[in-house]
Amino acid sequence: MYDVVIIGAGVTGSAVARELSRYEMNICVVEKEEDVCCGTSKANSGIVHAGFDARPGSLKAGLNVQGSRKMARLARELDIPYRQNGSIVICFEEAKLGELERLKSNGQANGVSGLEIITGTRMKGIEPNISSRVKGLLYVPSGAIICPFKLTMALAENANVNGVEFKFDTGVSGIEKIASGYLLTTSCGMIKTRSVVNAAGVYADTFHNMVSDDKIEILARKGEYCLLDKKAGNFIERTVFQLPTRLGKGVLVTPTVHGNLLIGPTAYDTPDKEGTQTTAAGVREVIMKAGLSADDLPLRQVITSFAGLRAHAAHDDFIIGEVEGAEGFFDVAGIESPGLSSAPAIGEMVADLVVKKYQPVKKKRFIAERRDVVGIAGKSMDEINQLIQNCPEYGNVICRCESITEGEILDAIHRPLGAKSLDGVKRRTRAGMGRCQSGFCAPGVIEILARERKLDRLEITKSGRESKMLSGYDKDQL
Amino acid sequence: MKPIKSYDIVIIGGGPAGLAAAAGSRQNGAERILILERDGVLGGILNQCIHNGFGLHTFKEELTGPEYAARFIAQVKDMDIEYKLNTMVMNISSDKKILAINRQDGMFEIQAQAVILAMGCRERSRGALNIPGFRPAGIYSAGTAQRLVNMEGLMPGKEVVILGSGDIGLIMARRMTLEGAKVKVVAEVMPYSGGLKRNIVQCLDDYGIPLKLSHTVIDIDGRERVRGVTLAQVDENRRVIEGTEEYIPCDTLLLSVGLIPENELSDQLALEMVPATSGPAVNERLETSLAGVFACGNVLHVHDLVDDVTQEALLAGKHAAAYVDAGAKESDMLSLIELKGTDGVRYTVPRYINPLKMEDTLTVRFRVEDVFENQFISVYLGDERIQHLKKRVLAPGEMEEIKLKKEILLAVQNPEIMTIKVEEG
Repeated sequence: MYDVVIIGAGVTGSAVARELSRYEMNICVVEKEEDVCCGTSKANSGIVHAGFDARPGSLKAGLNVQGSRKMARLARELDIPYRQNGSIVICFEEAKLGELERLKSNGQANGVSGLEIITGTRMKGIEPNISSRVKGLLYVPSGAIICPFKLTMALAENANVNGVEFKFDTGVSGIEKIASGYLLTTSCGMIKTRSVVNAAGVYADTFHNMVSDDKIEILARKGEYCLLDKKAGNFIERTVFQLPTRLGKGVLVTPTVHGNLLIGPTAYDTPDKEGTQTTAAGVREVIMKAGLSADDLPLRQVITSFAGLRAHAAHDDFIIGEVEGAEGFFDVAGIESPGLSSAPAIGEMVADLVVKKYQPVKKKRFIAERRDVVGIAGKSMDEINQLIQNCPEYGNVICRCESITEGEILDAIHRPLGAKSLDGVKRRTRAGMGRCQSGFCAPGVIEILARERKLDRLEITKSGRESKMLSGYDKDQL
Repeated sequence: MKPIKSYDIVIIGGGPAGLAAAAGSRQNGAERILILERDGVLGGILNQCIHNGFGLHTFKEELTGPEYAARFIAQVKDMDIEYKLNTMVMNISSDKKILAINRQDGMFEIQAQAVILAMGCRERSRGALNIPGFRPAGIYSAGTAQRLVNMEGLMPGKEVVILGSGDIGLIMARRMTLEGAKVKVVAEVMPYSGGLKRNIVQCLDDYGIPLKLSHTVIDIDGRERVRGVTLAQVDENRRVIEGTEEYIPCDTLLLSVGLIPENELSDQLALEMVPATSGPAVNERLETSLAGVFACGNVLHVHDLVDDVTQEALLAGKHAAAYVDAGAKESDMLSLIELKGTDGVRYTVPRYINPLKMEDTLTVRFRVEDVFENQFISVYLGDERIQHLKKRVLAPGEMEEIKLKKEILLAVQNPEIMTIKVEEG
């Protein structure tokens, strides 16, 4: 019997888990995928929005601004790559400069500080490479970027270190109200719990609707992106948003904390909640629209493209709270953009709700800090040699594009909630995220994973379940 | 800090180019030579090329890749040339300090008088092509699959579609078939193959594997493992022709869609690069825009035949040795003839020639950008045509070469530009 079961190990579920792990409670996170950060949390813009565009008074507005303010400290505490690079919203039409004014006052109403409208030659001072067609821009100095994988993993790892159990490959198929709380039917058996936190992303409606007659609907809204080589990473310094134009909603161009350039997303509703495939039309749209933001954007340097699904609620706001008529069942639903930015605040808000209801005791020893995988990038020669002396595997470079060593991969595998698959290694270390997209390192990572997990190489997967990398040994089929 | 070791010549990469460059350096008197190799053995990509057909020009016999490599490895060992394995070069500075890392030495710095870049190339990935669809397991570059099958005894899949008809893709169609997989089709977006004719015959035709020209993959199906791909025909502008889509069930997609010289280190050195080759610009001595830094093999431009790599690398080694012997002085990229490919010629190597410094005969290698039949390759020095050679077939997949004579170049007064072009008559 758990006190709390959290459904979903995305950024929201992980943030709630971490906040609740400050208390003496028996907590479990159930996740249908093989790892944390496998859904929306892994495929988004990696932006910490300042909070200027949500409707004042909405949950989105309040939690975004709070989350954004908490993020820098959280990033330090949990050792997450984060950079306050500032955002700009660019406007291509004189007639629409009023829209920037509206955004600015909206942002001020939300409590975002430092907003400034800039026109003329000063614009190039803010962002030298923006298109010469830009007529004016809103400068948002508090905008920032973060690694969405590391944010999610850090929250989950830290929760785990503080006693939260994680059950992976555990899909929930039924929730039944029982006297003591809820009985969950899962792919790995029945789970009893006093309360449930529904942080199931695009599936949050499914679970909500199992316990409530007041039905909700969560739509999957696809966003496609292209990621550019690190050679293009310095092309833009700020996160560049576009005001909507005749072509519809704009796309953003942003550096990532790891030094790549990211462009996207599109926004189309899809009936398929697993439909993360990219499309030719989507990628074309991203490339065409991103090209409007900057002159000579190096669009030939795309190294990969991907799509994520936003969990969109019909009324366009987050749904957070105890569900009426379902005592102890807490929704954290409709967490689309600015969900990543809001995660630290959402975690606290949901934890508050649970704590108020059950009055658990605060832990005497909560471990607030977590250290990221130690890598050689950015370290001095002496520091690197120290690492190699303690662990010679740090002298063995496995991923040449990102200079990732075997030492880092071992760390990723053996740390709390360690990597089990190639994607797990990739999201924890960046091995395979570079320009060759794992062509060089995949055989090496398969070998290390098999050795460390004591598995045959044929068992190693890209991302769990049936995603096996290899089909057999030579001549098996002859 | 450990004391900095110094060498006359440091060679980055111990594949066919690096090995021949080392031999060429030694044969021409260089003493302290070091090869840095990131793999656990010398020989580079040849170790996974277990098919035959190597060495027809160099040794007048047909060797496998490992056999070809073994001859050069033996030579390097006979010559007592130093090498470090499992060693990755992280950085080269313009004063030729090289930063490298391995398990035994940790991170260490070495000082070179001359550097020979021989890092080879890498394969273009799915992402660079922007093939839409899911991102399941089962998508490999052909070279990665070749490593798995030939060196590790592992099969990437059972039912295979290959996109791209580059040589590695063709070779892998045969290898996968021989190891028990079913290769359903090789699709090529261009109206001609990018591979050697002999490979199409020996690797596809002999096994009844269809080659679909002007076809490409427009969708990848399967969330966890590849379940199938959609092929479609493309028009002359490589745009998909609607109505030609065909779904092919398979569990594996191999990509053989181009090789890219691996020039991360060249970028660190801020060398002048040639967009058409993605390699550094070199002169007749295979010296880059930074004096004392030489380049050869696939890092310079992608070759079809290892024999050509060997010839090129031997010369790079020879010139690097001469550079060290002459006291490592600045070279003069000025007052050179600039060599240009035009009218159907995509690029030339070298890019610059100094007639005073060239050897009596210089081999210029180049590729054409389309298929041509019964045309001429012409070489112009300024306005004067100095060579005119009839060619029955010219194709982008087959590297061409011409020989230039020093006496002819010296005879022309102050030429600045030399052009190589395809002409009708």
